[in-house]
Amino acid sequence: MLASLSPLVLSHYLMTGAILFALGLVGFVTRRNLIIMFLCTEMMFQGVSISLIAFAKFHANVTGQTFVIFVLTIAAAEAALALGLVVLLFRRRRTLDAGAWSALSG
Amino acid sequence: MSLQAAAYIPWIAALGAVLCLVLVARPGIRHYAGPVCVGSIGLGLLLTFLTVGSWGHDDGHQLPQGHDDHHPYAVVGETVTLIPWIYAGGELVDQPLLDPETGQQRVNDQGRPMTQEVYEGGIQIDFGYYFDGLTFTMLLVITGIGMLIAIYAMGYMKGDPGYARFFASMAMFIFAMTTLVMADNLVLLFLGWEGVGLCSYLLIGYYYGKPTAVAAAKKAFIVNRIGDFGFLVGIFLCYQVFGTLSFDAILPALQEHLGQLPREALSPEALRASFALHLAFSQSPSLIWAIPFCLMIGAFGKSAQIPLFVWLPDAMAGPTPVSALVHAATMVTAGVYLIARMMPIFVFTGEYAGLKITPLEVVAIVGGLTALFAATIALTSNDLKGVFAYSTVSQLGYMFLGLGALSTTGAVFHLVTHAFFKALLFLTAGSVMHALAGTLDIRTMGGLGRKMPVTKWLMLAGCLALAGFPILTAGFWSKDLILGDTLAKGLHDHQTLYTVLAVIGVITAFLTAFYTFRLWCIVFTGETKFEMGDEHHAPGSDEHDDAHADDPAADASGHEAHHASGGGPHEMPWWPMNAPLVILAVGSILSGLVLHKFTHLIDDAVAASSAAVPHAHGHGEHAGMDPHVIMMIVSGIIAIAGIGLAYYFYSVRRDLPEKFAQRFAGLTATLRGKYYIDEFYDRTIVQPLNIIGQVLYLIDQLVIHAAVMSLAWLPRMLGMGARPAQSGKLQGYGLGMVAGVAAIALLMLLMLT
Repeated sequence: MLASLSPLVLSHYLMTGAILFALGLVGFVTRRNLIIMFLCTEMMFQGVSISLIAFAKFHANVTGQTFVIFVLTIAAAEAALALGLVVLLFRRRRTLDAGAWSALSG
Repeated sequence: MSLQAAAYIPWIAALGAVLCLVLVARPGIRHYAGPVCVGSIGLGLLLTFLTVGSWGHDDGHQLPQGHDDHHPYAVVGETVTLIPWIYAGGELVDQPLLDPETGQQRVNDQGRPMTQEVYEGGIQIDFGYYFDGLTFTMLLVITGIGMLIAIYAMGYMKGDPGYARFFASMAMFIFAMTTLVMADNLVLLFLGWEGVGLCSYLLIGYYYGKPTAVAAAKKAFIVNRIGDFGFLVGIFLCYQVFGTLSFDAILPALQEHLGQLPREALSPEALRASFALHLAFSQSPSLIWAIPFCLMIGAFGKSAQIPLFVWLPDAMAGPTPVSALVHAATMVTAGVYLIARMMPIFVFTGEYAGLKITPLEVVAIVGGLTALFAATIALTSNDLKGVFAYSTVSQLGYMFLGLGALSTTGAVFHLVTHAFFKALLFLTAGSVMHALAGTLDIRTMGGLGRKMPVTKWLMLAGCLALAGFPILTAGFWSKDLILGDTLAKGLHDHQTLYTVLAVIGVITAFLTAFYTFRLWCIVFTGETKFEMGDEHHAPGSDEHDDAHADDPAADASGHEAHHASGGGPHEMPWWPMNAPLVILAVGSILSGLVLHKFTHLIDDAVAASSAAVPHAHGHGEHAGMDPHVIMMIVSGIIAIAGIGLAYYFYSVRRDLPEKFAQRFAGLTATLRGKYYIDEFYDRTIVQPLNIIGQVLYLIDQLVIHAAVMSLAWLPRMLGMGARPAQSGKLQGYGLGMVAGVAAIALLMLLMLT
């Protein structure tokens, strides 16, 4: 059974998650390399996942953990797809610069 | 063979048209379109012959016996209903089903009384055909002349890139025209009427690469719309007055009121129409009086009478067989047919309306004036087909004069003979045009009789008939019947109007003889001269490649190559071109004597139709002389005088006409300008309409368009403002999302606190 967390420990977990998320966000916005940007989004995922698991522990409730398992599964599938796309995009333009595709703007 | 078989006549032509349309898409077998079209018309002719043979002996249309001469029985035609067609505004009601023998209500096996559903009230129009003498006369003309012209066209149109399209339109025309003359109600008649108008438009504009042809097609269509508007209003009024549009109800109802038919002879529908007419007569008679005038406008449009004649001379832009069939022999006589078909209402209005001028007098005046007017224009026309076009207008004027003078037999008779000789004249003119590669200016022609002897004699036969050469030709007998009846009406009834019109008719006959032989003498006698045109033609040669049709240089050189061996114009081949012309020539000469003088076939046919009127013959004795005999002698002399004068002017002393033309320069210029009618219409109708159109266009642009565009301007501006948000830079989108999430988070924070 789940033993619940104290609010102090919870705040540590949440801080970790928030830092991971913020790092990912900053990385996504500042970097132009497609692979790095992709990794940054994965990092934002993990930040959110840590928060969810911490809350699940705090509330003694499995819903958050279940949700994270789903997120991980889908993230794995999405990673395979997205990396394949990145490879294809690279083959087209011989560069990983996201700005190379800005002509696709609406 | 029963009348049911005759109902197939239009549909065989329709099938031919569909087959020809299929051939349009199959270039390899396109040359079969001609035989398909000829075959479908020929089958129609065969069916007409078979049914007309049995119709005469059927007892279906027998007259009730024992009737005195003052009230001759009008013959009611027979109706063949194909399908119930338009049923609107009424409802189905149960009525007792009566036994036809006992008159009692029938009972079924269980002893229950039986009922049937009957449609009551509202408008009911069945798709059906109506047969009487007039219908059969028209059918014989349409299919008979139509087939001969289609055979000729197989040779004339050979090698034309639109060969199959031509024959598809031709067969479609026959379909529409036979529907027109066979229709058993005014709506179906109107459908055929519009159908022939459409086919006429398609065929005038056949050479759609030529701007003049396209303009002529449009003109014909638009001028006809004016007439059709009148016709349509006439149909509406007919429904208002009679409550039905079927001929087998309207015509007997009118004939009953005219005393031509006893009330017992009426069918239930006709009886109902008769009561409706009686009611309308007492309540709103002006509705009835308007009907013939409205129908007349339609007839004037289709049959090219003043003031709507301007389209017909322009219609000659189509291929010559079309001019012969559609714009001379058949379609333009639809107006004559309409008035002949609806004759009872014209007579009825004339007798009971108490108008200052009866509809028939209007028809006679318009006909007489058109005849004279068009003949004077034909005097100076130098266009080979133009002369015949104006002569068609003029001859149609004769037919209307005949109708107006109650000489329906004369009008229909002239319609038949005119179909023969005008088709012949147009087709021989087509041969000349064909031989000269499209040249139409008769001033450049001369002595072609040596090059084209057969055509020369064939056209002579047609010219003699048109000029009304006495005794021998058909044109003489038919024209004479009209003029004689008109004179008889004028002298006997002391109606100066008709006497004057008869004199106008005689003057026109002189002009006709003169301009006809002016043309013939110029083209076929004198020293040989000709100028080749630049139109493509090659009788007997293989398919054209129209790749170089747009290139005048290549065209001309192709022609020189073609004519180098032949040496100028050449005679047409016997098959398929000259052989049908021989039949037409025989008809032009003999049809008058055979149909009228010897067998009275035409007289009987018209007497057995709705066009039958109490005869003007016989009671026209004046000062001991029969007006018909007077007219015969006068117009015979006049015709010979006209022919002789033309021969003297244009064959013996060719210098004289020029001197006359200079002497009366103003008159000649007016005639050459065709009385400037086209210019007059242009100034008074076309230009004002154009100006109104321009003004409306400006209003549309400045007000309506501007309003709509300013509304459309708002979302466009919004879009312009939001467009930079989609830059295509992923980082930008990321920032946008972060900002959004931050904003929502901030909002939630504020709301919580």
